[in-house]
Amino acid sequence: MLLIPCPWCGACNENEFICGGESDRKRPTDPAAVDDKTWTDYLYNSTNHKGMTGEWWWHVHGCGKWFTIRRDTVTHCIESAPGDQT
Amino acid sequence: MRRLASGGDIDRNRPLTFRFDGRRYQGYAGDTLASALLAAGVDVIGRSFKYHRPRGILSAGVEETNAIVQVTAPFEEPNVRATMLPLVDGLDARSVNCWPGRRFDVGALNGLLAPLIPAGFYYKTFLWRRWDFYARYIRRMAGLGKTPAVAEPGRYERVHHHVDVLIIGAGAAGLAAALAAARSGARTMLLDDGVAPGGQLLSGGAQIDGAGAANWIGAVTAELDGLDNATRLARTVATGVYDHNLVIAVEEAPEQSWVRERLWHIRAARVVLASGAVERPLVFPDNDRPGVMLAGAATAYVKRFAVAPGWRAVYFTNNASAYAGAAALHDAGIEVAAVIDSRADPGAEIELACSRGIEVRTAHAVVGVDGRSRVRRAMVAPLRGGRPAPVDADLLGVSGGFNPLVHLYSHTGARPVYDDRLAAFVPGDMPPTLDVAGAARGIFDTAGVIKDGFRAGADAVHSLGLERPEIDAPPVDDGPSFAIEPLWTVKGGRGKAFVDYQNDVTLDDIALAHRENFRSIEHIKRYTTAGMATDQGKTGNPNVIGAVAELAGATAGETGTTTFRPPYRPVSFGVIGGMERGQLIIPARTTPITAWNKAHGAAMNEAGANFRRPFYYPRPGESMADAVRREALAVRNGVGIYDGTPLGKFELHGRDVPVLLELVYTNRWHDLAVGRGRYGLMLREDGRLLDDGVTFRLDDDRYLMSCGTGAAFTVLTHLERALQTEWRHLKVFVINVSAQWANLCVCGPRAREVLAAVGTDIDLSPTFRFMDFRRGRVAGVEARVARVSYTGELSFEVNVRRRHAREVWEALMAAGAAWDITPIGSETSGVLRIEKGFVAPGIEGDNITNADDAGMSWIVDMSKKDFIGRRSLERDRKLGGERQHVVGLLPDDPAFVVAEGSALLQSGDHADTPNFQGHVTASCFSPTLDRPIALALLKNGHHRHGERVVVSGLQRTVGAEVTRPVFYDPTGARMRA
Amino acid sequence: MKRFSFFALARNALTGHRNWAQMWRSPEPRREYDAVIIGGGGHGLGTAYYLARNHGMSNVAVFEKGWLGGGNTGRNTMTVRSNFLREESVPFHEKSLDLYQGLSRELNFNLMVSERGMITFIQSSAVNRIALQMANTMHIYGAEYRMIGLDEVRRRIPIFDPSPDMRLPITGAVYQPRASMVRHDAVAWGFARGADARGVDIIQNCEVTGIRRDGGRITGVETNRGFIATPRVGMAVAGHGSVVAAMAGIRLPIVTQPLQAWVSEPIKPILDEIVVIRSYYGTYLMQSDKGEIVIGQGCDPYPSYAQRGTFPIIEDATTAMLEVFPRFRRLRLLRHWAGMLDMPYDGSPIISRTDVPGFYVDVAGSGGFKTTPAAAYTFAHLIARDEPHPLAARLGLDRFSSGRLVQEGGVSANR
Repeated sequence: MLLIPCPWCGACNENEFICGGESDRKRPTDPAAVDDKTWTDYLYNSTNHKGMTGEWWWHVHGCGKWFTIRRDTVTHCIESAPGDQT
Repeated sequence: MRRLASGGDIDRNRPLTFRFDGRRYQGYAGDTLASALLAAGVDVIGRSFKYHRPRGILSAGVEETNAIVQVTAPFEEPNVRATMLPLVDGLDARSVNCWPGRRFDVGALNGLLAPLIPAGFYYKTFLWRRWDFYARYIRRMAGLGKTPAVAEPGRYERVHHHVDVLIIGAGAAGLAAALAAARSGARTMLLDDGVAPGGQLLSGGAQIDGAGAANWIGAVTAELDGLDNATRLARTVATGVYDHNLVIAVEEAPEQSWVRERLWHIRAARVVLASGAVERPLVFPDNDRPGVMLAGAATAYVKRFAVAPGWRAVYFTNNASAYAGAAALHDAGIEVAAVIDSRADPGAEIELACSRGIEVRTAHAVVGVDGRSRVRRAMVAPLRGGRPAPVDADLLGVSGGFNPLVHLYSHTGARPVYDDRLAAFVPGDMPPTLDVAGAARGIFDTAGVIKDGFRAGADAVHSLGLERPEIDAPPVDDGPSFAIEPLWTVKGGRGKAFVDYQNDVTLDDIALAHRENFRSIEHIKRYTTAGMATDQGKTGNPNVIGAVAELAGATAGETGTTTFRPPYRPVSFGVIGGMERGQLIIPARTTPITAWNKAHGAAMNEAGANFRRPFYYPRPGESMADAVRREALAVRNGVGIYDGTPLGKFELHGRDVPVLLELVYTNRWHDLAVGRGRYGLMLREDGRLLDDGVTFRLDDDRYLMSCGTGAAFTVLTHLERALQTEWRHLKVFVINVSAQWANLCVCGPRAREVLAAVGTDIDLSPTFRFMDFRRGRVAGVEARVARVSYTGELSFEVNVRRRHAREVWEALMAAGAAWDITPIGSETSGVLRIEKGFVAPGIEGDNITNADDAGMSWIVDMSKKDFIGRRSLERDRKLGGERQHVVGLLPDDPAFVVAEGSALLQSGDHADTPNFQGHVTASCFSPTLDRPIALALLKNGHHRHGERVVVSGLQRTVGAEVTRPVFYDPTGARMRA
Repeated sequence: MKRFSFFALARNALTGHRNWAQMWRSPEPRREYDAVIIGGGGHGLGTAYYLARNHGMSNVAVFEKGWLGGGNTGRNTMTVRSNFLREESVPFHEKSLDLYQGLSRELNFNLMVSERGMITFIQSSAVNRIALQMANTMHIYGAEYRMIGLDEVRRRIPIFDPSPDMRLPITGAVYQPRASMVRHDAVAWGFARGADARGVDIIQNCEVTGIRRDGGRITGVETNRGFIATPRVGMAVAGHGSVVAAMAGIRLPIVTQPLQAWVSEPIKPILDEIVVIRSYYGTYLMQSDKGEIVIGQGCDPYPSYAQRGTFPIIEDATTAMLEVFPRFRRLRLLRHWAGMLDMPYDGSPIISRTDVPGFYVDVAGSGGFKTTPAAAYTFAHLIARDEPHPLAARLGLDRFSSGRLVQEGGVSANR
């Protein structure tokens, strides 16, 4: 059971949250302008990095905010990334 | 009788009777089943699983691998360690793995077959017939106890707890660490699996502060118990350390509680593991005979339970610790015939024996044991070879060294390292928030253990920013210091030398695995099953590693250890399941109308999002088909009513709501007028259907979105994700009002009359158009009324505050009586939907269907620059090719409703020539059309209207005509009426 | 290869089992191979076996970072079945069952394929509909999957004793008689022995650290045992797909997630069938030949390469199990662990060429163990001929660029 550091509520058990996937996965600003290959890559592919990874978490059973953290996918060590909060 | 006349922590004033294999025995409060059986002179507790060899008690603790029993009273429980089971009056236990009994066991014939069944024999044979043929017989041999005959009715609970410092183990190290942590003011918790704290101190001979260890234990626990910031739990085992220092612990039979066991989730800022070490046996021929016991366990039985585990003992050791045991037994009046030490040159400990006249044979080994169901003689030979000489004994105390209990340390992912000096695996690098202290860290002298405990406790609080407490370690007078020279295996002799007692794994098995090129220790474990029994190799694993190392000509450190997997000790499923039973497992959500529905005989059904809804409302004597037909016709010809409260409802506030709607819906939204609603289709970014629903504009910057019950959470996620990750500049708040507003839907040609009759200030005349929204009062309460239709008929959705819903519902029922208003269930709604050909994103959606496939291109405005799913839909259109489309089906047989899920085949095909064309998604008998109809996903279906397909079901195969998926009122005139 | 049999066992018993041969060699790697398989689990070893057996390619090496079968092959719950939803999935999984049935004799190694049958409880109408769809689709491909009533459930599972106030009452079940349990380690060992006997080099403790390309084409792999030249590399590394693919400059549509499994202490045989409870969450259990109740549920809800899981999954599944089998309350959890799944976007396996000529990927997805022989069989075909086997033709990466996914049930893909 991970302890997720919500920037608004403090550290809470992982089952209050939903993991929202990689935070560096950005939707093309103009989808119509990108080619199929780029779109396919955005839609389906992941970096799926082994190691420190930026990811979205949603405190769905808490404050309701989405935020990003950096979490090591091997050790589960978490550094929050305060620069990236709303 | 082997009970000593005095001593021990048992209460001789409280005799208890118990049964073992049907015979009555007596023990005392404070006994374990094991100590009571030993005291009663019971040598054989059970049989081993493969060779059915008689087995006795090996240990006095959690590491027990032999003395596994089936308890039948006070409640039935399989695979209980006799060493961990406190004796209670009326306890009834039985031996396992033997028939008809533990003394004469037919299964022992397996012993004769032993040459044919070495490790992994089953991989090499039973190839003649299918494995199932053999498995029937072989499976019966496996397993230990039996599943209880009835469900155990005890209660369990789960507790969540937060502490600064959690100390696991209340031996010398744990007590010291807890004292240090608690004195600093940190919230401290100390767990111990024993009934009383003290660990090894309870059976050791150390003097602390000039007195017996009991005084020191008493003083420390008294101080801890007096501190508000310290908590101490007995009979509580920490079974695993999980991410971010979550420790799972099981408390057995908590005092003054109605629960059988309690599962603790303890989140600790710092964990100090002070779990101690367990002794391991030595590996020599017939080292499994009853009467072979760990040296420390023999001492424990004498000192803690006043039981003589034998009257004439021989010790066999490769280290210094056994001498203290020999001395303790001698001092308790038990004859100690000899100490056999494999070391050539023992240290000062030898004095313990010599001073008591106990013979010591150095550089010797026990090379065999006489006696089948009880040790009679130990065969002793010089280590370098020579004729074995017998030594009479009924107890053979063995010590092969100590295994620090690093399991919980390993659960964090850290790897233990081999310590040559101790011939043991000890913790390596420490994780940042977990520390190991005392014997678990490889410190085996009492003074050092206590000092290390204080250190660990102080380090823990210091790392949390608290002051290190000032504590002076008490003076300790302990025995000689620990020294060991590993002796992994004793070769020669004829008997089997076991490295894993419970799984009957011998040295020969290890050698065979090695010979067949299983080299990784993990392979050896899996091929021979060594270390995979219920004790998880707590005592035996290092011996396996040592044996492998000898074969490979490597060191134990190079051979490496297997992964310790949680739990540290087996945990009952009862306590893991906790309180969640029956209706508490997934609490059902209700609406204000649920009670009314149940009172009116509705058949209830799961409706998504954990709601249960009426399926249909059978009248007396009505079948489901009858009821659904009646309900459907009422809506088509008169008036029906249903409780739409479970629908998802979101209020969207903010100036950018139209921008959000343009993004998440496929159609245009910026021109929606206040008081008007619009149907919208939501796609996933990959173009697939996500949900549909109607959104109304309540005010300039307030909208009300509704969505399917089951999809509500997905839609909320979709909106919040969009607003908080990709389009963070949009000024929109999403407020989930699903639980605030009840939704009562009056539908059918007479809906307007019913609403008028119930009383409303809302103008119901045709100026109140389809997709209009009005506020007003209905049946005297504030209401929001919308004209939407999920049935295809004129209908009014009356939204009222949840607390008014029941009253308004009953008012509508009363007012509607004149038109025979009929409550309808979800099955009827389904029929009405199919008749209208409304696509359900959760059914026809199928995770593959896109908007075009669903026949919903009409609502997709590709002239919009962007919306979620647009790019993927564009890709699908560009690629073209065959896709599955939503179609209608008119089955040929007017009396047969095709089964949902039936497969569609090319007409003319049979089921045995696979030509899969699609499947039926929804099917019903249409009361309105008086014939069966269905919706389906069919390859290229849009272009196949009028063609014929075969509907292949499990029961029947029928032909059907492909049609448009709208069977009723294709222009939608009725719902707009 | 010396053949195994009862007679061989008896003969060796006479000599104290001192004359058994090695199951496989531990050769030094050659400098060059016709094909290199990365990953010595069931898939990788099976692929090497079929390359040699079906395609005459024996100058092949399997590189395993650790020990054979140490990844998901040794961590799964031993179930093989073919109850799937899609027309692409059913024949593929049926092929796997067909192969499994014959493998013990073909490999001369007992995989202990035990046709126990699988019973999936129906606890809601949505599950009922999906089950029917599966049953009908499977029927077309000759796979039996039938609805059974509570009477038959009780007859087959005497300990079936659902709580009377069960939240999601069991109204019936679907039954796949052919679903089986297979001794998982034996699959890796059997394939390894078979491949080795056909000349394949199996190199353990050999980590691939890089994939060398020249002008886009594969030229070899860098390993901790040096550079090994090869024109063809097949990747079969469940749980590390993205890591290895990245060495070839490729991103894959997968997320690596832990999938947990656990066993009870062994008890005498009481459960013959494989049972699926509350199939929304997919709690399943069965009893191994050793007597342990083997239990599992769905993936942990976040990406992870740590081979450990989150405890609430076990708690949740236990409540589901006890609701149907309350007599298991006093059984005990003995051991729990996790494997790492490379979960494809649509939940189905990927057996595919890539944009890098000569680099092939096999991503097992959630059902890696059950597909082992079929995946290996079709992957070997793909590597040998550079064209997909018809059974796996729809399982290529091109299904993502075309959006024609093979979406299996219970997979949340809206990332």
